[in-house]
Amino acid sequence: MKLVIAFFVGLPLLAQVTHERLLNAEKEPGNWLTYSGNFAGHRFSPLQQINDTNASQLQPAWVYQSNSLQKFETTPIVVDGVMYISEAPSHVTALDTKTGRPLWKYRRPMADDIRVCCGQVNRGVAVLGDLVYVGTIDAHLVALDAKTGAVRWDTTVADYRAGLSITVAPLAVKDKIVVGIAGGEYGIRGFLDAYDAKTGKLAWRFWTVPAAGDPEAKTWAGESYKNGSAATWVTGAYDPETNLLYWGTGNPGPDWNGEVRAGDNLYSDCLLALDVDTGKLKWYFQFTPHDVHDWDATEVPVLIDAEIRGQKRKLVLFPNRNAFSYVLDRTTGQFLMGRPYAKQTWATGLDDSGRPIRVAGTSPTVAGTRVWPSVAGANNWYSPSFSPKTGLLYVAAREAGSVYFFGKADFKAGEQYNGGGFRSIPGEEEWGAIRALKPTTGEVAWEHRLFTPPYAGVLSTAGNLVFGATNEGQIFALNAATGKLLWRFQGGGLVRSNPMSYLSEGKQYVAMALGNSLYVFHVR
Amino acid sequence: MFWLATLLLFQTPPPVLDLPARNPHTTSADLADGKQLYQGRCAGCHGPEGSGGKGANLAVPVLPRAADDRSLYRIIRYGLPDTEMPGSLMDAREIWQTAAFVRSLGSVSAAPVAGDTRNGERVLRGKAGCLQCHALGNEGGRAGPSLTGIGARRGAAHLRAKIADPASEVHESFRMVQVTTRDGRTVRGTRLNEDSWSIQLRDAAGAFHSLWKEEIAKLVSERRTTMPPYRDRLNEQELTDLVAYLSAERGAQ
Ligand code: HEC
Ligand code: HEC
Repeated sequence: MKLVIAFFVGLPLLAQVTHERLLNAEKEPGNWLTYSGNFAGHRFSPLQQINDTNASQLQPAWVYQSNSLQKFETTPIVVDGVMYISEAPSHVTALDTKTGRPLWKYRRPMADDIRVCCGQVNRGVAVLGDLVYVGTIDAHLVALDAKTGAVRWDTTVADYRAGLSITVAPLAVKDKIVVGIAGGEYGIRGFLDAYDAKTGKLAWRFWTVPAAGDPEAKTWAGESYKNGSAATWVTGAYDPETNLLYWGTGNPGPDWNGEVRAGDNLYSDCLLALDVDTGKLKWYFQFTPHDVHDWDATEVPVLIDAEIRGQKRKLVLFPNRNAFSYVLDRTTGQFLMGRPYAKQTWATGLDDSGRPIRVAGTSPTVAGTRVWPSVAGANNWYSPSFSPKTGLLYVAAREAGSVYFFGKADFKAGEQYNGGGFRSIPGEEEWGAIRALKPTTGEVAWEHRLFTPPYAGVLSTAGNLVFGATNEGQIFALNAATGKLLWRFQGGGLVRSNPMSYLSEGKQYVAMALGNSLYVFHVR
Repeated sequence: MFWLATLLLFQTPPPVLDLPARNPHTTSADLADGKQLYQGRCAGCHGPEGSGGKGANLAVPVLPRAADDRSLYRIIRYGLPDTEMPGSLMDAREIWQTAAFVRSLGSVSAAPVAGDTRNGERVLRGKAGCLQCHALGNEGGRAGPSLTGIGARRGAAHLRAKIADPASEVHESFRMVQVTTRDGRTVRGTRLNEDSWSIQLRDAAGAFHSLWKEEIAKLVSERRTTMPPYRDRLNEQELTDLVAYLSAERGAQ
C-alpha cells in the first residue's frame, strides 16, 4: 500500500489491473494477478527472498479464519498490497496483506436447495480493471467493486436447480471474463462462457456437448448427448500469440455407466483450444475417449516452449487425472508425448495419435472392477507447477485405485446422474508423492513420498523451492532441484487448496489455505 | 468429480440441522406466542407490522432470503452474518412460532410505498446527486455504502429519516478518520477496520491505507457522517418519490 501515491493529485490514483498487466505478470512478481500466477498456468513465483537457504525459518505472519466449515479451496489474488480471496460457498473478502485485517466483505446469501456433488466450494476470484469477479455456487457471475466490495453487476449463468454451479476461479482475458460450469454428476449440458467484463453481458458460449444435428452428436449413442455433462470447472490457460484459450472438460454423464452412451462422447475429457475473441474451436484433444471412470480432464494446462523431437515448439503440458502426462503442440493440438506418472492399469499405452490402448475388462461392473488410478485420479483440479529455473514440471501425484461399480442411469433434472459408484480397494495401501517430471519426456527427476494421496496443489519459486501440502494438515517446502524436505508446518486441517506467493511492503510471503484458515508465512 | 462421499479422509459438510422442511408450529396459539416474541425481539428493527425500519421489510409475500421455512428458521436462529441482523437464542419452538408470525406479516399484503418511482430516480441521479457517494449497480461512487438492494435491507420510514437527516442514525461502525503519521503525512478516509495495533482506511479517491498505530502521531476518529442532510434540499414530494424508488430497489437478483 503506497501511501505516497495519494498525494500526487491528477495521477491515476489507483493502478488498475489491465490486460497488459495480466499479460506481463512476470514483470511484477510482488503481485499474483491471476489464478495460476500467469496466463501460462505455471504457478511459479520469480521471488527468491525465501529460498533453499532460509526456508527452514518460515513462520506464520498472520492467519485469516474463514467462517465456513466447507473445504477452503481458494487461491488468493494479490494486487498492490491487497489480497482477494473467495470463501465457501460464494463469499469474497479483501484482506490487507500488511496486517491480515479484512478491508471489505461480500457475503452472498445462499439458497437452501443447492445441488453439488462435492461441497459448496470456490477456488478463487479474478481481477480486471477495478472489479473483482466471482462465480457463485448458485451459478451466477458477480462483479464487485475492488475498493468496496459493492455488487456492480450480477449475471445469471445457469439455473442452479438443474444441478449447475460455479466453483472455478474465473479467468480475465482482454475485455472478457471466462467462466466454466460444474455439474458433471447431474447430466447437465456443459459449456464454457465469456462475459463482457464491464457489463456482464454474455459475449460467447461454447457448448462442450453437441446439439442434435451437430457432427459430434454421432459420438454419442442415440440422444445420450442430451445429458452428456462435460463440465468446465477448472481454470484454463491463455497464450497471447495463438490467441487461444486452453481449457479442460470433465467426465461424460453418466459417470460409470458407459452403455447408455456408446461412442467417444465429445467433448468430454478434452483439452479445448478456443479463440478467446469468438469462442470458436480451433482444435481439441480427447484424453479419455468414452470415459467410464470419472476422469475429468479438468486440470490446469501448462504452456511452455521447448525442444521436442529435435524441434523447438510451442507446447502444452497436461498431467491428467487418468495417470498419463501429455505433451501436445499447442498451435495444432498434435499429440507429441504421453507417459504414465503414477500407477495405472487401464491402458497398455497410447498409440501414435495419443489415443489410449485399453486393457480389456476395466469397465465398471455390478460386482465391481478394480482399476488404477482411483476415481479421484492420479491428479485432480489442484494445480501443478512449472519452474523455468529448473525446467521441471511438479505434480502432486496420487497412488491409489478404486473399485468401480456399474449401475442404472435414469436421468431426472436436478438429480444426480451417475450410473454406478466406487469405493476404495480394501486392504490396498494408498500413498502419494510430489514428483518432478522432465516435461518433454515424462521421466521422473525426483519424488518426495507422502503418507496419503495428496489433494492440494504445488507452487515452485525462483528461490529453488516447491511448496505443497498434505491431507494431514501440513504445508511443506522441498528443494526444487532435489526434492529434499526443507520445512514443514502443521496447519491443523485437511488441505484442499493451492499455494501462492507475493510481496507486501517489499517482503516475500507464501500463502495457502490449510483447513479452514488462510495461512501467510514469511521469514523474519 | 464425484468421489467425496465415501472416503473417510474427506471432510463432511457443515452440520445441517435436522430441520423439518415445513414449520411444525403454526396453530393460532403458536401465532399468538409468535407475535409476542416478535414484538419483543424483532419489532424494534423491523417495525410492529413488519414494514421495516432499520431492518428489512418483512411484510412481503416472498422473503428474498427466506423463501422457504428452513431458511427463515436459520436466519432467525443464526442471523445474517456480517449484517446488523442478529442471531437469537430462542428455543426451536419459539423460533418456529416467531417464523409463523413473520409469515403472517407477508400475507397481509403490505401497501407498496407510495410515490412516483420514476421521479424518485430522477431526483437521485439529478438534483440530489446521491451517486457521487453511493454505488447503484454498475455506477456511482464509493464514499457511502452501496444502495444496490437497499429496499430489501431497510424499511421506507428508516430511509426517509436517514435521507432527511443523516445524522439521525449513523451506522454504529461508521467512522471518518484523519491520521497524521510520525513522518508528517496526512491521510483522511473512511475507517474499514481497526484493532489495538493497526487501522485500515479508504480515502476519497478509493485508495486503501493500512497503518500500524506506532507509525501514527495523531489519529482523529469521528462518528460524524459526511452525507449532507436533504431536509431542506428536497421538497416533500421529491423525498417521497425518492423513498419509493429506493424501496423498490431490490438488487440484481
Ligand atoms: C438490530 C436490528 C434487528 C433485529 C433486532 C432483528 N433484525 Fe432482522 N434484519 C435486520 C437487518 C438490518 C436486516 C437486513 C440485513 C441486510 O441484508 O443487510 C434483517 C433481515 C432479516 C430477515 C431477512 C429478510 C429477507 O431479506 O429475506 C429476516 C427474515 C429477519 N430479519 C427476521 C428477523 C426476526 C424474526 C427478528 C426477531 C427475532 C429480527 N429479524 C430481529 C435487523 C434486525
Ligand atoms: C457526500 C457523500 C454522500 C452523498 C451525496 C449522499 N450520501 Fe448517503 N451516505 C454517505 C455516507 C458516508 C454514508 C455512511 C455513513 C452514514 O450512515 O451516514 C451514507 C449512508 C446512507 C444510507 C444508509 C445506508 C444503509 O445501508 O443503511 C442511505 C440510505 C443513504 N446514504 C442514502 C443516500 C441518498 C438517497 C442520497 C441522495 C439523496 C445520499 N445518500 C447522498 C454519503 C453520502
